[in-house]
Amino acid sequence: MSQQIDAKAIAPPGPLRSLARTLFGGLALLRESPVGMVGFGLVLFWALVAIFAPLISPLSPTAQIQPFAAPGTEAPGGEVLWLGADQLGRDILSRIIYGSRTVLFYAPIATFCAYFVGCIFGLLAGYLGGWVDDLLNRVADIILAFPVLVLYVVIIVLIGPSGLNIVLAVTFASAPGIMRIVRGLTLDLRNRDYIAAAQTSGASLPWILFVEILPNARGPLIVDACLRMGYVIITIGVLGFLGLGLPPPTPDWGSMVADTRSMITFAPWMALFPAIAISSLVLGFNLLADGIREISLRD
Amino acid sequence: MLIFIGKRLVYMLLTMLVVSLILFLVMEINGESVARRVLGPFTSGEQIQAWLAANGYLRPWYVRYVEWLGNILTGDFGQSIRFRTPVADVLWPRLGNTAILAGVTFAIMVPLALTLGVLAGMREGSKTDRTITVTSVVTTSIPEFASAVLLTVLFSTWLGWLPGTSAMSDGWNSLELILPVMVLVLYGFGYIARMTRASMAEVMQQLYIRTAVLKGLPYRTIILRHALRNAMIAPFTVIMLQINWLLSGVIVVEVAFAYKGFGSLILEAALNQDVYLIEAATMVAVFVAVSTQVLADVGYTLLNPRIRFK
Amino acid sequence: MSRKSSPIFDWTPDQPVLQCEGLCISYFTRAGEIPAVLDFDLTVMQGQSVGLVGESGCGKSTVAMGIMRYMGRNGGIVGGRILYKGRDMASLSDEELRQLRGSEIAMIYQEPMASLNPSMTLGRQLMEVPLNHEAGISEKEAYERAVQMLADVKLPDPERVMRAYPHQISGGQQQRVVIAMALLSQPSLLLLDEPTTALDVTVEAGIVELIGEIAERFNTSMIYISHNLGLILETCDRINVMYSGVVVEEGEIAEVFDRMRHPYTRGLFNCIPLPGADKTARPLLPIPGQLPLPHERPTGCYFGPRCEFFAAGRCDAGPIEMEVIPDQPGHRTRCLRWNEIDWATRSKGKDAGEEVEAGDVVLRIDGLRKYYEVRDSSIAAMISGKRLRHVKANERISFDAREGQTVAIVGESGCGKSTFAKVLMGLETATEGEIVFRNQDLADKPIQKRTPQEIASMQMVFQNPFDTLNPSHTIGAQLGRVIKKFGVEKNPEKVRQRVLELLDLVKLPREFARRRPRQLSGGQKQRVGIARAFAGNPQMVVADEPVSALDVSVAAAVTSLLTDIQRTYRTTLLFISHDLSLVRYLADRVVVMYLGNIAEQGSTDEVFSPPYHPYTEALLSAVPIADTSIEKKRIILEGSLPSVLNPPKGCPFNTRCHRKIGRICETEVPPLLQDGPGHVIACHIPLDELRAMDPVIAEKQSAAE
Repeated sequence: MSQQIDAKAIAPPGPLRSLARTLFGGLALLRESPVGMVGFGLVLFWALVAIFAPLISPLSPTAQIQPFAAPGTEAPGGEVLWLGADQLGRDILSRIIYGSRTVLFYAPIATFCAYFVGCIFGLLAGYLGGWVDDLLNRVADIILAFPVLVLYVVIIVLIGPSGLNIVLAVTFASAPGIMRIVRGLTLDLRNRDYIAAAQTSGASLPWILFVEILPNARGPLIVDACLRMGYVIITIGVLGFLGLGLPPPTPDWGSMVADTRSMITFAPWMALFPAIAISSLVLGFNLLADGIREISLRD
Repeated sequence: MLIFIGKRLVYMLLTMLVVSLILFLVMEINGESVARRVLGPFTSGEQIQAWLAANGYLRPWYVRYVEWLGNILTGDFGQSIRFRTPVADVLWPRLGNTAILAGVTFAIMVPLALTLGVLAGMREGSKTDRTITVTSVVTTSIPEFASAVLLTVLFSTWLGWLPGTSAMSDGWNSLELILPVMVLVLYGFGYIARMTRASMAEVMQQLYIRTAVLKGLPYRTIILRHALRNAMIAPFTVIMLQINWLLSGVIVVEVAFAYKGFGSLILEAALNQDVYLIEAATMVAVFVAVSTQVLADVGYTLLNPRIRFK
Repeated sequence: MSRKSSPIFDWTPDQPVLQCEGLCISYFTRAGEIPAVLDFDLTVMQGQSVGLVGESGCGKSTVAMGIMRYMGRNGGIVGGRILYKGRDMASLSDEELRQLRGSEIAMIYQEPMASLNPSMTLGRQLMEVPLNHEAGISEKEAYERAVQMLADVKLPDPERVMRAYPHQISGGQQQRVVIAMALLSQPSLLLLDEPTTALDVTVEAGIVELIGEIAERFNTSMIYISHNLGLILETCDRINVMYSGVVVEEGEIAEVFDRMRHPYTRGLFNCIPLPGADKTARPLLPIPGQLPLPHERPTGCYFGPRCEFFAAGRCDAGPIEMEVIPDQPGHRTRCLRWNEIDWATRSKGKDAGEEVEAGDVVLRIDGLRKYYEVRDSSIAAMISGKRLRHVKANERISFDAREGQTVAIVGESGCGKSTFAKVLMGLETATEGEIVFRNQDLADKPIQKRTPQEIASMQMVFQNPFDTLNPSHTIGAQLGRVIKKFGVEKNPEKVRQRVLELLDLVKLPREFARRRPRQLSGGQKQRVGIARAFAGNPQMVVADEPVSALDVSVAAAVTSLLTDIQRTYRTTLLFISHDLSLVRYLADRVVVMYLGNIAEQGSTDEVFSPPYHPYTEALLSAVPIADTSIEKKRIILEGSLPSVLNPPKGCPFNTRCHRKIGRICETEVPPLLQDGPGHVIACHIPLDELRAMDPVIAEKQSAAE
């Protein structure tokens, strides 16, 4: 048997290559789940809308053109208000397009921060056990003792509504839940023989947590991350709806609904379209999560 | 067993204590800001000092905390800034309203979700399963404020069957309860159904179900006597914790439909910086949340023979 | 009076109970049809026990499921037929099939804990059988029948068991309940799918004896599925050997064992460490090659590519049929060349190796104790004030190991061998005592305090091949990581070179360095585990049941590899196992542990012959041996392993000892009797009496032909 394999040939690929390979591999797998494909399509759609907003948007989201215009009305300037205008005359389509930017900017950041915090504490709690686990669990219990929205309301009221504060509030409120999930996964994984092998070869704590354990938890965590994104988007929408979201005139789907729902009886489109927009984006993430879960189970 | 329940109760009390301390510190450590909220933003420094002295705010914070805690425990929640009446007078009736809303919601949502979940889990991978799963995914993707808008437009504006708001301004009208309940049920049943489905599907894969089949038991017996009693353990916990969720969801729904409940009260209190009302409402909400967690834990232990009988 | 409701059979006892004719079962996946069982013939008469033997993937469990017609959503019978008491089972209606299951044909499963409903009392689960199969039976009658059956399967306190839940009784007791459940409606056919694989050896012996008694008493026919040839020898009348979905040889048991006529059967026997094998003089001969994948079976004989008698042009021409061996009624083989092969000469394989001389003492354990603290939160404990209890996982362990030696630590679950391995490796620290390795006391040096050299010189091979490697990283990365950690090489080029060398050492293709664990088989993963352990040229390797999760032929190959490497590097091997046959084959010295204490230690010859510690005696008699010329004394231990939280006072073995002499066993810790230099037995029985014991394993006195 030819043993001519070059030592170079077995060099592990760099981090960027690995990431690219995971993503493309993931996409190829996704083809096996129609539900997942639909979800991915929806998410991709909104992501592109958000990225290319200035190019796609027919009008400015803040220009007041023709109040209460019905969908399809032609504006004085010649542009068509495809989805109508709101009570201040702003083009709803443009506001929805720009609103996607707001949501798709803050939601991923907030989710990422929550995961960052949740993973670290979850790994530590699950792996070290003992007083570390007890302490972290107690803290999580305290935070989770507050019904989620009550927590948000109280926090936002105290520190004021702003993008950064929303991110902080979401991180604070979601991290305990994520910590619990990661802790559960860690508890299961830490008894595997390969962890004992890593321990008996003298590996350090950060190595064991982040290189040996965490990559093997990625399946359930990816599914949870998609679901959580959906949930964070809803939260941002709800905060906007309750008047605790980003201050105007930032187009925010939630506050768009809040501002216009009293006028549903004669101008339903003003609240309907933002409602459909946010629902479709969340649906995208939920379907994507479902698709990923389906595929990982089939393996 | 009793020890376990005892321990949980003690833990619950401790949690509540810590929460109350944190809440108190956050809201009232700075006496001046409280004064400003009560008296208004244009009060002079002297008026503030006078008020602080009259209301005991010049004492050390731990003394104030203990007194506050004692008051809370005896039901004296102080005076609401917004409503200008004792907080308790506003809080309890509103809580009652929410309880009605929650009760009706649960009465519809739980049986519906459990049935759908069991059906889907029994026939994993079938059309029934796919339909129920996709439906659950779709309904949990529509935020409550969005479905409130959609359903109001549909049932109130276009069809005219139901009233668009639920302010109950003309006394109790059960029709006004329908839309809020529908919104809550629509959003909430999906999660319970999916958890039940997962639990049922997992149980059906277990080896003891194979044993039951190969023992020659009829299918009905296998599902009702062997599968369900194991599959229902996890959903029980989920249902208990949904009460917690309801306390959040109720805020949006009550605001959307102008229903005078506990949720809209919390929001009003927050928006108006009504300190004492916020504190009382939060404590009540936390109490409900923690109690349901304890009930869920205890219930899970009782239902699961592996833990109950050592 | 109750009447059993079952389909009508037109059958008399001189006809076969079960008959499979040309049975073919396949699974249907997205990748297409995958045949699992092909051309399967079987005849079982009343009262007969037939063994189905094979390694994983041979289709034996699928046959059982096929007989029960329970093949899941994607399995199905695609050819042939199964006749039960004369009726074609395909002709049974769903209702008739339901009546048949559990009352005519019953099954006993591999994992008793998972096969019982955790949320239902055992009584209810037992009573369901007669209540559903016998019309007109009352609850009271069903209850009494169940209690009686529990007594018949020798469970103490049957009424208590009726009220208990599955997790409240031990594994052996659970299996007895499963057996009781199967027998409650007096089935004519019993299917046993590896019923003792999940149980300890001494418990297994009790179950095997029980099954034998039942077969006699009720005249039930049995199909016994196992991978353990010794077990089949002890329990069955006939044997069918399966390979890759087909039966390759079948016949009367003594016939097949003594005069086998298929190369695979012979290959299997060559892989088993029988008493006659010896690791230097007559080493195990692994079967070369690998099991073909189910969708890639070769044309002609499936075993062909691995067979030393393969004849191109004949063995791969077309499907091979079963041939009857004349003069041997019922002995058939699926080998074209059976008549041409000289079965008397030994298979080609490894030559006898050189004996390894033991060197200096490398490891000395002295008075090791490991206690775990357990917080007892029951009411009784709170009242008495004794909240803190101790689990005495290891108690007074003392022995040495020399360079190049293989020392085996033997015991069943709960004996403390895993704890001992953890303490040795530094995953735990000892409570008391000394561990002197390379002149350093490691007893209170946890792994974090050890230098890379210390770590590299004592490494471990783990039990479960599926968990031994991190699924998220490539083989090369994992081996490279360890090489760097041990300080063997620093330069990335040199590290990668060493990785390839290690793969050569364990006889794996170099290109595996790029693969991930899920692309490797169990045996291959275990080889990587061995490569990892040897990466730093260790002086000692602790192997914790390294082959118990592997198939017989794969295990032989891995064992063989381990001994070769050890011989080359003169590594000391500390071998933990419950498999006494393997221990006898591999070990130079043996340490027998029971409930945290050393019961006996000595050289292999000393431990395997009298004088024995009573536990060693029972252990030896419990291990099935696949050799017809051996006669074994039968010793069945009563009761089950005591709880580690509540160990018996005095001698830990006294609750089950068949040679207990009296009160002294219960009150005083046994003294250490010295039978010779290095041979120590912990027992109250005087040494002379022990020396007078009969050997457990002996050659049969009656001369074979």
